[in-house]
Amino acid sequence: MSEQETSILEVREVTKRFPGVLALDNVSFRLRASEVHALVGENGAGKSTLIKVITGVHQPDAGRVLFDGQEVSFASPREAQEAGISTIYQEINLIPLRSVAQNLFLGREPRTSLGLTDTGRMKREAAELLERYGVEADVSAPVRSLGIGVQQMVAIVKAVSLEARVVIMDEPTSSLEAHEVETLFRVIRQLREDGVGVVYVSHRLEELYEICERVTVLRDGKVVHEGNLAELPRLELIATMLGREVPEVEQRTAAHAAREARAGEPVLEAHDLTAYRAPQGVSIDVRRGEVVGLAGLLGSGRTETAKAIFGAQPLESGTVEVDGKDVNPDSPGAAIKSGLAFLPEDRKAEGIIPDLSVRENIIAAALPRLSRGGFVSKKAQDELVERFMTRLDIKAASPDQPVGELSGGNQQKVMLARWLCMEPKVLILDEPTQGIDVGAKAEVQQLIAELAQQGLGVVMIDSEPEELIEASDRVVVLRDGAVVDTLSGDDLDEENLVGAIAGGEPSQPTQDGGDGDER
Amino acid sequence: MSGRTATAGASFDRAAVVSWLRDQGVYVALVLLVLFNLVFTTNFATSGTILGLLSQATPVLLVSLGLALVIGTGGIDLSVGAIMAIASAVVPLYLGYSWPVAVLVALLFCGLAGLLNGFLVAYVGMQPIVATLALFVGGRGFAQVLVDGQLQTISNGSFLSLWRAAPLGIPLPVIIAAVMAVLVGLVVKRTTFGRYVLAVGGNRTASYLSGQPVRGVLLAVYAISGLFAGIAGTLATARLAAGDPSQIGLLIELDAIAAVVIGGTPLTGGRVSIAGTVAGALLMLVISATFVMNNLPPTYAQILKAAIIVLAVYIQQGRRKV
Repeated sequence: MSEQETSILEVREVTKRFPGVLALDNVSFRLRASEVHALVGENGAGKSTLIKVITGVHQPDAGRVLFDGQEVSFASPREAQEAGISTIYQEINLIPLRSVAQNLFLGREPRTSLGLTDTGRMKREAAELLERYGVEADVSAPVRSLGIGVQQMVAIVKAVSLEARVVIMDEPTSSLEAHEVETLFRVIRQLREDGVGVVYVSHRLEELYEICERVTVLRDGKVVHEGNLAELPRLELIATMLGREVPEVEQRTAAHAAREARAGEPVLEAHDLTAYRAPQGVSIDVRRGEVVGLAGLLGSGRTETAKAIFGAQPLESGTVEVDGKDVNPDSPGAAIKSGLAFLPEDRKAEGIIPDLSVRENIIAAALPRLSRGGFVSKKAQDELVERFMTRLDIKAASPDQPVGELSGGNQQKVMLARWLCMEPKVLILDEPTQGIDVGAKAEVQQLIAELAQQGLGVVMIDSEPEELIEASDRVVVLRDGAVVDTLSGDDLDEENLVGAIAGGEPSQPTQDGGDGDER
Repeated sequence: MSGRTATAGASFDRAAVVSWLRDQGVYVALVLLVLFNLVFTTNFATSGTILGLLSQATPVLLVSLGLALVIGTGGIDLSVGAIMAIASAVVPLYLGYSWPVAVLVALLFCGLAGLLNGFLVAYVGMQPIVATLALFVGGRGFAQVLVDGQLQTISNGSFLSLWRAAPLGIPLPVIIAAVMAVLVGLVVKRTTFGRYVLAVGGNRTASYLSGQPVRGVLLAVYAISGLFAGIAGTLATARLAAGDPSQIGLLIELDAIAAVVIGGTPLTGGRVSIAGTVAGALLMLVISATFVMNNLPPTYAQILKAAIIVLAVYIQQGRRKV
């Protein structure tokens, strides 16, 4: 009974149906005041839908939402926010050209007696807000000039400063560096002390165990577990999410060792790549069947190097050879012809074409091969789409479904299908597992290992050292656009890698390198 | 409780209605309006009236076809009316050589004008509205300079029959427009180029990173738009029996944009409906005709058109909440 009294937000037996999908099936969820509650599940398990039902983006088909004991039905996220439920999304919802202070007080600017914006007071109060949550940023600077992590922190401070009683965080750390995650956790602990209930959605399990007390696990639109997180060991949590047995999950890809034994001939040789800011004289060789990791902090030139190889970044000098042939691609089109493929980091902005169908998205790169005399061969197209949707287990209502409606993991699989159907020689992957859930992540990692085994050369960027070490035969470390280290074999462990990424001595990053954005 | 469930049901129905209207609304409106006229408007139900109306629609229709492709890439072409004026100025200048030469030279000029637009958008990186505004302003001026600002009357019978001929009783311009509409529809639905247009409009960066020839596609759609404006200008010139760059194609870009948008092609790009565009162009014309033939003030027709445009854009954005 006492639990009932302290629930600040309660979802009772909610069902939400979309055409062809039962997104939420009789779901109940309870959040108490002063608790951090993990909401976990695979892609398409219903997490986002549940959040959207709570915040008024969707209306439930059946069931009720109670906020502070009162039944509520918000017509829009704004109404929910005014009532005291703030939501922080993966994407940052700030106005890039306005200052930090203006963004923090957007729509509720302090006024002078004349009704004009009281800029002085606004800046002062903005600075106090940031300080309270331990965020360092110049309140007069336009948001655009801040690092992406700081922007995210400002967005979070903005959301929680609206006198929220419930704060929902959907993958808040996906763009944060490690020290920023610490700041975020400080903010969350402060919120908990203030009596706020926090719903925390993340695919990073370590974070969940660090910050959350309770957990609700969703699978296929149903709640499959609810309880204290500490009582649910990590493997069991994964198994619950996936609906599989623990030993199955424990098996990890053993392809690693087998791959090392096979030394293929070089398939990609990039020499001395130099562009305006990054890369600065980067050379990378990849052999057939090898996975080469590309490590470094944000801004170290990882993505630029990948794009340079793929011809999407103008080069000042440097050569790219595929299979021993000079290709020096000056456009992605040329790179693709020579057997390269590139999966961009920002899936939304650079990868998917959201309004086009799954089919159109899969064949986007393959169009020239599917065409005869300028006409697309429908038969060849449908065969290809069918084959890759099956092979990658892409979950969509039909090939005609707009790709923007799919979950993050399925969108990523569509992107992989786009490239795999080109039968590339070298696959360049920029953060292939970002923003996708544990199940899809495991599938993608498995797939990458298989592809390497089949003789593909892979270049892979991944911010999580653990994942990079797991997947790679060799890791090239970049800093300030240049290669600073290459780790392989026994040297390739987390301590060495993190040390090389941070720069300076492996144990203590005392140098000022890598902290450039703090100033 | 029951009230809330009803709201949920109603909102679902509303979404379905909006989506149905988005896809079918223009056809329904056109059919209803034509039925209305067949019943209530005297002299509407004659083949003469209907074929005459269809002929009248051809310039707007042709311009809209090219424009639909441009809009599909997320762009816009304001210069179509000015390009029609160029065609109208060039045709009489070259009629001395024979009418096919005159038409070809006019189309060449118009295609080049379109290429210029495409170059500014694709290679210089100008925003389409600004790039084509240049030609919108300058094109008509250029056309008038070509003919010294004079109206050039045309008496070449073969050229004039481009408008007047009616094989099997169907006016030639109607046949030309119908063939072109089918061709463009085929291009959008079946060709690689059509897929490129939609991908560029849907997400230009993604299209580029997939190796698609983004710049070439942009160049091509503006050139095609110029070419279609050229055909429209040539037909309008034949209809008027004179080259009149100060009047031909004046403000046609507005009708054409309206036709494309009403037809279900969003200005944001990524989707193109050619059948909808055709229906949109016809709808605009039938609205005007309805008012004229019933002796109602044409100003009210303009107000009705405006309302339909707003409604069409509203329906297309129905899904967006913010």
